[in-house]
Amino acid sequence: MKEIRIHARAGQGAITAAVILGEAYFLEGKFTYAFPHFGAARMGAPMNAYVRCDTKPVILRSQIYEPDYLIIVDSTLIKDFYCLRGLKEDGIAIISEKEGIEIPKPKKRQKFYVVPANRIALETIARPLGNTVLLGAFSAVTEEIRLESLIEAVKKRLSGKAAEQNVRAVEKGYEFIKRG
Amino acid sequence: MRKFLQGSEAVAEAVKLCKVGVIAAYPITPQTPIPETLAKMVADGKLKAEFINVESEHSAASFVLGATATGVRSYTATSSQGLLYMGEVIFNIAGMRLPVILTCTNRAVSAPINIWNDQSDSMALRDSGSIQFYCENHQELVDLHIQAYRIAEDKNIMLPVMVSMDGYILTHGFEVVDVPSQEDVDKFLPPLNLKHKLDVENPLTLGFLADPEYYMETRYAIQKTHEGVLKFIPQVVREFEGVFGRRSGGLVECYRLEDAEKVIVACGSVCGTIKETIEEARRKKKKYGLLRIITYRPFPLQEIYKALKDKPQIAILEKAVSLGAYGPLYTEIKMLFSQKDNKKLKREKRICGFIAGLGGRDITKDTISYIFKRLSQKQVDCEFVDLKPEYIE
Repeated sequence: MKEIRIHARAGQGAITAAVILGEAYFLEGKFTYAFPHFGAARMGAPMNAYVRCDTKPVILRSQIYEPDYLIIVDSTLIKDFYCLRGLKEDGIAIISEKEGIEIPKPKKRQKFYVVPANRIALETIARPLGNTVLLGAFSAVTEEIRLESLIEAVKKRLSGKAAEQNVRAVEKGYEFIKRG
Repeated sequence: MRKFLQGSEAVAEAVKLCKVGVIAAYPITPQTPIPETLAKMVADGKLKAEFINVESEHSAASFVLGATATGVRSYTATSSQGLLYMGEVIFNIAGMRLPVILTCTNRAVSAPINIWNDQSDSMALRDSGSIQFYCENHQELVDLHIQAYRIAEDKNIMLPVMVSMDGYILTHGFEVVDVPSQEDVDKFLPPLNLKHKLDVENPLTLGFLADPEYYMETRYAIQKTHEGVLKFIPQVVREFEGVFGRRSGGLVECYRLEDAEKVIVACGSVCGTIKETIEEARRKKKKYGLLRIITYRPFPLQEIYKALKDKPQIAILEKAVSLGAYGPLYTEIKMLFSQKDNKKLKREKRICGFIAGLGGRDITKDTISYIFKRLSQKQVDCEFVDLKPEYIE
C-alpha cells in the first residue's frame, strides 16, 4: 500500500487533487480510498487530503501519519503546520515553490522536489492553483501513475475549459520534472 | 458498473435506482452532498421525483412521512442535531408503520459544536422503532440502501429504516463501488404498494389517538415485528445475492473469529481499521478477531451470542456513550451473557467496554492494538481511549 498526504489551504484544490489521483489509480486497475480532513471548513484554513492505493481493497480508515509521498500545495504551511512530519525515511515530497519561503533540508534518503506550480498554473489556468501541476510532477518523479491516466482522470473529474486547462497544467508539471 | 465515487454520491445513486418519488431534506454537514447530488439528478431530469426544499429537519421528516402515507416511496437524510430535531417525527413514522428510508451521516452532537464523526446521534434514536443499519464501506452503502427499501416495505414489516454511515470517512471519502443496473434493482425491488394509504376517495386517519385501551398493543406489535425482521433480513440477503451476485449486509459479520481468543465488537467504518490491525497481528501469530454489527435494531441477539459464546476476551468499541452509564452496545452484550445460563459457557469471559473516536478523534491502528492489549489486563466497563491528559484537570 502507498500513502499520499496532500497539504493545502481550503480552496486550493487539495480534495480535487486527491480525487483526480484516486481516479487515475482506479483507471489503472488499483484499489484506492481518497478522503479529506477538514478543520471547520472555510476558505484559507489549513487542511489535508489523503490518498491510499493498493492492489487489494483499501480498508484502513484512519488519517495518514507516515506517508510515502507528500504533495504540498501551499509551502507557507510547512513550518507552522508540520507538513513534513512523519514522512517516511525514503519518502518524497513535491512542494510548490513560493518566494521567501525556505524549504527545509530533506533527511538523508528523502527527496524533495520544488516546483514553480503557481507560476505554471498562472500560464495554463490563469489562476494560481498549482494542485494539478503538482500531480503532473508527482507522476514524473514517482512513476507511481502514468501521465495518460492522470490526464484521463482530469477529463473525468473536470469538464469544458477547466478540463483543457488542467490537462495542460498536468503536462507542464510533468515536463518540468522530466526536463530536470 | 464499477465507478470511483464519493460515499454521498454512491448513496444518491442507490436512492435514484430505488426510484423514489419524493425527497425532502434540510442541509447539514456532513449530509449535504447527498441531497445536493439528488437535487441535481432531479433538476437534470435523470430522476423523476419531487425534491422539496424545507425550512427544517422536522419538516423534512414530516414531508416524507406524509408522502409515504400517500403511497409514494420517499427519502430523507440528516445528521447530528438535525436527526435529533427529526426525532419526534421518526417515532411517529415508526408508530404509523411507514416504510421511510432515512440516511444518518453520523456526526457528534453539540454542545460544544463539533461537526465531525461519531455515532452519538443515531444511537440516541435507537428506541424509536426504526430499523438501524451501520455501513462499513461504499459498497455496503449502495447495497444496504437498496435492501432497506425491500425490508421496510415488506407487508409484514412496514417500519422505517435508518441507514447510518460515518460522516466524512464515508460521506466525503472516495472509493470504488459497483453500481448495480436499473434492471437488476427493478428485479429485486418491486414498486411500493401500500395496503393502507391516504387517499381522498377513501378517507383514512393514520396515527390517531390510542388510549390506554389500545396503545400498549401498538408497541407490542412493533416489538414483535422486529423479531420478524431478524428472520427476514437473512432471506433478503439471499435474494439480493441471487440478483446481484454478491453477499452484502445481514445481521452481523464474523471476521477471523474461528480461532480468535480476543475479539473486538464494533460497527461502522472503523471495522476496516480493525480488520487491517487484525491482519497485521495475525502475521505475528496473535489470535485476534472482529464481530461487526451491521444490524443494530433489531438487536441480533442469537447471532451475537453464537459468535461470542466461546470467546474468552471481548472488547466492545463504541463511538457513542450513554452518558452516566456505558456504551449502549456494551450494555446490551453484557446483558446477553449475564442472562444466558453461565454454566453453558465453556470458559470464563471478560467483556470490556471502550469509548473511542468521539467528535472525530481519529481511531488509528495504535488505538485498536491498545484495546486488544488492554483486554488482557483488567476488567473495564467504560474506558475512554486516546484521551489527552493535558486537557483534563
